[in-house]
Amino acid sequence: MTAHANILTPGTLADTAAARVTVTAAPGRLSLRARGELGAIEGALGLSLPGKIGGRSQDNGIEALCLGPDEWVLLTAPENVASVVAAAAAVYDAHPHSLVDVSARETTVAIDGPRVLDLLCLGMARDPESIAEGEGRRTLFDGQTVLLWRDGATKFRMDVWHSFAPHLLGLLEIGCRELAAETL
Amino acid sequence: MLLIHCPYCGETLPEVEFAYAGEAHIARPENPSAVSDEEWAEYLFMRDNVKGVHYERWRHLHGCGRFFNAARNTITDKFLTTYEAGAPRPALDTLTEGGK
Repeated sequence: MTAHANILTPGTLADTAAARVTVTAAPGRLSLRARGELGAIEGALGLSLPGKIGGRSQDNGIEALCLGPDEWVLLTAPENVASVVAAAAAVYDAHPHSLVDVSARETTVAIDGPRVLDLLCLGMARDPESIAEGEGRRTLFDGQTVLLWRDGATKFRMDVWHSFAPHLLGLLEIGCRELAAETL
Repeated sequence: MLLIHCPYCGETLPEVEFAYAGEAHIARPENPSAVSDEEWAEYLFMRDNVKGVHYERWRHLHGCGRFFNAARNTITDKFLTTYEAGAPRPALDTLTEGGK
């Protein structure tokens, strides 16, 4: 496969007193669409899928986030992707579904620091506080659809499609510097 | 900015996460080849331009991705209610502005 022009190498992008933005190593990413009784798929994945939109669960080396009534994103180690896909394919006849490897799609950045909520407000119309710790959402950040995972009070992860990463990360980097330069 | 309640997410969220998707409760003819050109054109193109409460579709595009229906007053631009796609049209007299 041709490498994407905008794939960034992992490393710290901005590190100020206000917040820190770090490009993380890309995990294996899977998009799951399924309806109805999910027991067969949950058994194959070894994971109970969160039922509430924005809810998360973690088990068997897989982290799941519910994006819609019938849509989940699964994160796992890149070397586990093939075995997860194979396990789900084995129960396809019992429960038709769609599980697609989308690992090549997104850049992940970790955003943390004391003013991370102010930083997110630069590009986001919804209140970042409305995402509880340990939850996640798909939302709009400066005109682009992103996945936002809240891992702690001031710890977030953002998944953004490669093509939009330079634009969004530029905004986050400038935002970090601006917030650090502000006298409170 | 409008605040819209997504019936699937159960949250009231900013308008920028949503996309408008036209008039609601327009049923596609069961058998298009059996209807006349006039009826087909009516289904395809003819829409109400309501002054007052308008039943319309929205999509939570940058969220759960689901289409849902809403009743909105086109004069005040206030949403009366939102409800899941496929649910029956709520009776107008049960709706009050700003109510859920």
